[in-house]
Amino acid sequence: MILSTPLTKEKLINLKAGDLVYLSGTIYTMRDQAHKKIIALINKNQPLPFDIENSVIYYVGPTPTKPGEIIGSCGPTSSYRMDSFIEPLLQLGLSATIGKGERSLKVIELLKKHKTVHFSAVGGVAAYLNQFVIDSELVAFKELQSESIKKLIVKNFPLFVTYDIYGNDIFKK
Amino acid sequence: MKKIKRADLIESIKNLCKEANYYLDKNILKKIEELKEKEDKAISLEVLKQIEENALIAEKKNLPLCQDTGTVVVFLEIGNILIDFNIEEAINKGVSLAYNENYFRKSIVNHPLERTNTLDNTPAIIHTKFTNTNCLKIKLALKGGGSENMSKIKMLTPTAGYEQVKNFVLAVVKEAGGKACPPFIIGVGIGGNFEKSALLAKESLLRDIKDSSEIAIDKKLETELFAEINKLNIGPMGFGGQTTALAVKVNSYPCHIASFPVAVNIQCHCARHKEIIL
Repeated sequence: MILSTPLTKEKLINLKAGDLVYLSGTIYTMRDQAHKKIIALINKNQPLPFDIENSVIYYVGPTPTKPGEIIGSCGPTSSYRMDSFIEPLLQLGLSATIGKGERSLKVIELLKKHKTVHFSAVGGVAAYLNQFVIDSELVAFKELQSESIKKLIVKNFPLFVTYDIYGNDIFKK
Repeated sequence: MKKIKRADLIESIKNLCKEANYYLDKNILKKIEELKEKEDKAISLEVLKQIEENALIAEKKNLPLCQDTGTVVVFLEIGNILIDFNIEEAINKGVSLAYNENYFRKSIVNHPLERTNTLDNTPAIIHTKFTNTNCLKIKLALKGGGSENMSKIKMLTPTAGYEQVKNFVLAVVKEAGGKACPPFIIGVGIGGNFEKSALLAKESLLRDIKDSSEIAIDKKLETELFAEINKLNIGPMGFGGQTTALAVKVNSYPCHIASFPVAVNIQCHCARHKEIIL
């Protein structure tokens, strides 16, 4: 299945846990420390570095980009570490997250409530996933090194629907 | 007595870091190829295909196999040789050069609470042992955070038996699930004391993926745990299927009459370790 951003909520209706999809468009990198900073900004009612509504957040800390390249190796990091940060982002209309591994039951419920999808990319195949990134640009928190927020343009990025908007779960066999 | 040159050690560490980041062990790929035959779930097969493709691209393009280029863990086996320099400083110099020159990710922070990045992936974690040889053997592993986070130690009671060890290992693997990037290599350390068991588990992960323990009961544990873990239906990335473990390694050591330490160190499929003898 082919998907493209902006990932408006109606595009998520037909996604089922277990589907393999190919995503094209804009996604934002964000992992532990950037989440901490973003949540602090939200709590203080301060402007955010990108619009969360209908956006896709990729839990990743890529390797540094070699000269002349677009990005380094860029596979997903574990999703569960972002569980405690997701609710305020869902309230702002986040469309999807990308990571790897199981999330808490609470997050699965929240995803269902806010009609947000969680995808998995394959962990540890970061050189393979590098090929599907066609542009990369620093957005915020340069001081966080690999954990800074970057805007990526991806083309046919391979993802597995992990938790769909109906509460289905790829890990339940 | 053989004298080790500082420059040679630095160069060796640099090269081991590069090789480990770019070249996946061919025996791991062979094992994946072999297990693929038994895997019938389409999405799980797709994961295994991506793992194989990743190894080809990493090697061809000199891109790290995984973005988590790890904590550098070094095991030194020091024979009857002469080292007239600060060996830990030299190893860290090699790591620093490797990570900066090759655009590997710097994943080490100065303190768990302060968390300022050290900007060169140092310090490495260095273990030493002494051997009655005439050389220096360096075994180096890049250990990612995801699988390390799901590793555990338990102090069993001395009357606990074989089944309790197995149950603990299986429980740790189940809890790790898809989070720690299966298919795994499971390193088990039994005996020693609290810290020794963890070290045994870690070092077992540096064994050849194809070998078996030379101790009969450890080998039996390896064989049985391998079969039972692959029945847990965790599968590649937790998507279900028969490929959950690529191997199980058990290393053991004598222990106290009151104790029975067991450590389980989980290694993701991207098992990166290399060695050299100087």
